Amino acid sequence: MSTISEQEIIDYVEAMPAFPKSVNKVIHLTSDMDSSVKEIVTVIESDPVMTVKILKVINSAFYNLQTKVSSIQRALVIIGINTIKNLAISVAIIGILKPYRTKYFDTDLFLEHSLATAFICKSLAERQGVSSMHSSDYFIAGLLHDFGKIVFAERFSELFNLALEKSYQTETDLNILEKEYLGMSHAQVGYMLAIKWELPVDLAKAIEGHHQLPTDLLGHCLFAANQIAKQSKIGASGNPIINPLPIESIELFGATAEDLIEELGGIPAIKATVQHLIGV
Amino acid sequence: MKFKFWGVRGSIATPGPKTLKYGGNTTCIEVRTDDNNLIILDAGTGAHILAQDLLAQMPLKAHILITHTHWDHIQGLPFFTPMYIPNNAIHIYGGRDMVTGQGIKRALDVQHQYSFFPIPVGHLKAEVHYQDVNEGVKFKIAEATITPITLNHPVINFGYRIDCDGQSLFFTGDYEQQYNIYSPEDTEYEGFQESIDERLSTLVDIIQGVDALIIDSSFTSEEYTQKKGWGHGSYEAAIELATRAQVKQLYLTHHEPTRSDAELDVIYAELLENHPNLDFELHLAQEGLEVLL
Repeated sequence: MSTISEQEIIDYVEAMPAFPKSVNKVIHLTSDMDSSVKEIVTVIESDPVMTVKILKVINSAFYNLQTKVSSIQRALVIIGINTIKNLAISVAIIGILKPYRTKYFDTDLFLEHSLATAFICKSLAERQGVSSMHSSDYFIAGLLHDFGKIVFAERFSELFNLALEKSYQTETDLNILEKEYLGMSHAQVGYMLAIKWELPVDLAKAIEGHHQLPTDLLGHCLFAANQIAKQSKIGASGNPIINPLPIESIELFGATAEDLIEELGGIPAIKATVQHLIGV
Repeated sequence: MKFKFWGVRGSIATPGPKTLKYGGNTTCIEVRTDDNNLIILDAGTGAHILAQDLLAQMPLKAHILITHTHWDHIQGLPFFTPMYIPNNAIHIYGGRDMVTGQGIKRALDVQHQYSFFPIPVGHLKAEVHYQDVNEGVKFKIAEATITPITLNHPVINFGYRIDCDGQSLFFTGDYEQQYNIYSPEDTEYEGFQESIDERLSTLVDIIQGVDALIIDSSFTSEEYTQKKGWGHGSYEAAIELATRAQVKQLYLTHHEPTRSDAELDVIYAELLENHPNLDFELHLAQEGLEVLL
């Protein structure tokens, strides 16, 4: 089977455009001197491509920050809104991500799944007593956990489609088939990019391990958030397999996936929050 | 260690009868170690006047720390005459711009472009070196230790602490303490505030106990309410920071360009009146003022 190279992925992502809605919003908001700063932050944090590109710059070796940054809000406090704004513009002017819609994968639904996972992951962290300052890191982990898939869909669509098709036909976990068809799973791609860009190691590891048995709180929250988003059918990740929560996670949360959904206000409420994030 | 203000004005040079006392040149501070090593903080238009003073001291070795690349902090660079004289060595330090990805050399290259300046950068006769600075990564200039920290401003801006000869000073460059962008009813409010507080503590730790804190304080508290997000601080915020960091002397600088000497005198008198029990000396930065630490 054909495999793809790490360099091809890195080169593609360098020039990769962001999602249409956030590109338009960034251009609109930054052209208006009176637009609110929090609105700009929300738009950036609702787009995996914009977020990852800003975190990439701020965490790069050039700046050698003592503490790695894993949220746009914390980046803002360090470097100021104007630099964040101009970084977002520099991503926006690349263009817009072309929609990829097949029977098995749709960029709009993918974004919805990513945002649902982000919101649930953050909510679970807060439920477990993570401080408000650090819960934004959990949001970003959810937002970026499937980043590898959007790279596959946009740059290696034919091979990715074969993996998706077989995954649905044989009800096999997409990860396994990605490795077979592309030589790497989306989790491995996300990890590789996060390490290459010197994002916080915790974040990189959470992305890499989001289909494996979790070993820390971030892992537990991310695993559960991902499965809850799929189970609740909010957006679509492209992977037909929904994994039950591991017993360790159920013990940690003291709740099942169903209990957690109920605590979050039920599926319609989660869906409404995600729609709000998409619409900002 | 001693230092001297050659430019204290913010934004744009403001020569004229109303600024004779405090001065109209933009930011430039000369720092001398006890061994007479020369460190220059920013190269606004004040650097041109400083350069005249330095002409008698050739050959020269100068270390210029640029806080950020807004015009009022770099405009004096092309007019810094020691750069055109052979056998001088000029070391320029600054942050790498996050948006363009380019280092501090660009501040000079851009200004020397054909359309803006008659002499190309390649015609500089001195040896000019450029060095990136990084958050929290200390470096040495002769016997002085420099500690840079990123401070909030609408472009990458570094504040520098200089420790030498058992003495210390800190210069913010341009700085506005980040305010909370959320409203108290927003879910993000508390977390964002924690990030702000954490960042402020990091800054206070770096400034802690310095002999002199030189800080951007452009606005009165009343003016600040209208200028939030412009990237500059207020007199009151400066006093609060100095109090928290237990500094020994505080110098308020980056005077607002429309501010006359008379207005600055009134502001200074009011600050002294409103803060009768400060544990540190409070001064307004003034062009020509030399301070021996």
